[in-house]
Amino acid sequence: MFEQHFPVLPIILPLIAAPLCMLLGRSQLAWLLATIVSGISFCMAAALLVMTLDQGVLSYALGGWEAPWGIEMRLDVANALVLSVVTGISTLVLVYAKASVAKEIPVNQHTLFYTAHLMCLAGLSGILTTGDAFNLFVFLEISSLATYTLVSLASDRRALTAAFRYLVMGTIGATFILIGVGMMYMKTGTLNMLDLAALIGEYDYNRTLNTGLAFILIGVCIKLALFPLHMWLPPAYTHAPSAVSAFLASTATKVAVYVMIRFIFTIYGAEYVFYRMGMDVILLVLAIVAIFNCSYVATVQSNVKTMLAYSSVAQIGYMILGISLVTAAGLMAGLLHIFNHALMKGALFMAVGAVFYRTGSVDIKAFRGLGKTMPWTMAAFTIAGLSIIGVPLTAGFVSKWYLVTAALEQQHWVIAFLVLIGSLLAVVYIGRILEAAYFKEAVEPVSEKTIKEAPLMMLVPMWILVLANIYFGIDTSLSVTAADAAANWLFEPGAQSAAQAVSQTSAQAASEMGAAR
Amino acid sequence: MSFIVDYYNYWIVVFLMMAGFYIVISANNLVKKIVGLNIFQTSVFMMYISIGKVQGGSAPIVADGITSYSNPLPHVLILTAIVVGVATTAVGLALVVRIKRAYGTVEENEFEDKDALI
Repeated sequence: MFEQHFPVLPIILPLIAAPLCMLLGRSQLAWLLATIVSGISFCMAAALLVMTLDQGVLSYALGGWEAPWGIEMRLDVANALVLSVVTGISTLVLVYAKASVAKEIPVNQHTLFYTAHLMCLAGLSGILTTGDAFNLFVFLEISSLATYTLVSLASDRRALTAAFRYLVMGTIGATFILIGVGMMYMKTGTLNMLDLAALIGEYDYNRTLNTGLAFILIGVCIKLALFPLHMWLPPAYTHAPSAVSAFLASTATKVAVYVMIRFIFTIYGAEYVFYRMGMDVILLVLAIVAIFNCSYVATVQSNVKTMLAYSSVAQIGYMILGISLVTAAGLMAGLLHIFNHALMKGALFMAVGAVFYRTGSVDIKAFRGLGKTMPWTMAAFTIAGLSIIGVPLTAGFVSKWYLVTAALEQQHWVIAFLVLIGSLLAVVYIGRILEAAYFKEAVEPVSEKTIKEAPLMMLVPMWILVLANIYFGIDTSLSVTAADAAANWLFEPGAQSAAQAVSQTSAQAASEMGAAR
Repeated sequence: MSFIVDYYNYWIVVFLMMAGFYIVISANNLVKKIVGLNIFQTSVFMMYISIGKVQGGSAPIVADGITSYSNPLPHVLILTAIVVGVATTAVGLALVVRIKRAYGTVEENEFEDKDALI
């Protein structure tokens, strides 16, 4: 009955629930409401993924105004895939957050945390579903503002300065995107993505459009923390509360990568961006530098959260590398890595959060001897760490396999080799933690304050992600099929505009409901 | 010369954009950084409003004898962007207040001496 409204509900529900959370005022109730709403959004996103795999594109005209005049919510396989990742991780993080937040955030700010989390979720879902370039900017700002708040909630005062730096960089990035969208509108007079795509094809080599593209790409690269523009990310992830690090590391930058894919492939078109503007070389070089520089920096960090943050920047390098190969196979590897990296980085940050919950520190010294005292947490960390390295039977292996295959397909032997060398650096930084956990004795005698296993509420979501890592490492049918369908769909020029969308307008729904009455 | 005069609105936009950006990068005081961010965003608002202007067009209101209107859409869009800008400023200033409480200063070099961020 509500099926035709599914595209818009993952935005509307968290948006309505966020102020309700605030009004409830009690930590427990706010947590329950946030988790339930996030869970419902996930069910809808999963249903949408099945629907898009089945029938192609879903289009929803907001308020009954038909596109291109009205605002359109448009879902294809690519955004349905990322949407289900985002809402799924959000639900797991919220389950995990109850214990973690109780420890790390003052009681009077608990409802604020859940409110900001729901706002962030609404913003991210909005970015993923909207088919309108300006709406994308607005939702980006909604999610970013919620993110700055989330980061600043930690009790450590450095979180405040990290959040401030993030705010300055994030606002510059978003304003650059706004300038770019303005330049596209200046030339074409439309904001609908499909309309833009059709009209941009007509204005070849126009200077306004080229400048707009440059502004948008720089803005998006700040948001997704591509190598030289990543300086806001490590402090923000290091000092944020554990639950926030887990949520942001596995969703926010992934959504920004999706935004980049959308602007490059849907609006400007791969040929325009890569062959005429030569962006593929620039992105390729930056991605490779990101992989090596940030993996190296990760190996010398003593703070494990900082290490994971630098590893995130390196992993973003792999996604951009996939995109910059300019083939359907490369794009598919990039999309697949968005999905898989969300699973592994979420699990890793959750494990580190559990260690912080029990030991009160995320320094590498605190990990000594944890293999005995927190066996389940460290087992989760190990498996997710192996996934980051790309060991077979884990999700990380699958995405690296497709990435290397895509590079070899293009005869880029050097790139394939560099990807493998980058994985060796991951062995080093993950290995340092594992060595401390399993082969070193605890610094102080354990007898005085016994370090116990993390609470069940934290272990369960962590292990769901770990099992998902193993499951998607063995049975790749769902993730690979979806990523493949999405990549082929995005890559084929003209396919997106030519496809007949299954129109599901709210006006149509309203008339149906009127008839039923 | 006419190139400069004809596009004077865009020159103002570029000037404000660069001035705001420079303040964000160079200012040491966090409140000044927020001000710079605001100037930077305002330049974009002016760019959008310039796009919407139609030569000889009137305000987009239905009235007798008016046939040519300025495009109302950029104005509406920028109304949304202004709200976003106000919200960003509010969050930024709230953070500045809390930084002042935690560190006792809003000068960037002074609190960087107290805590290294990484």
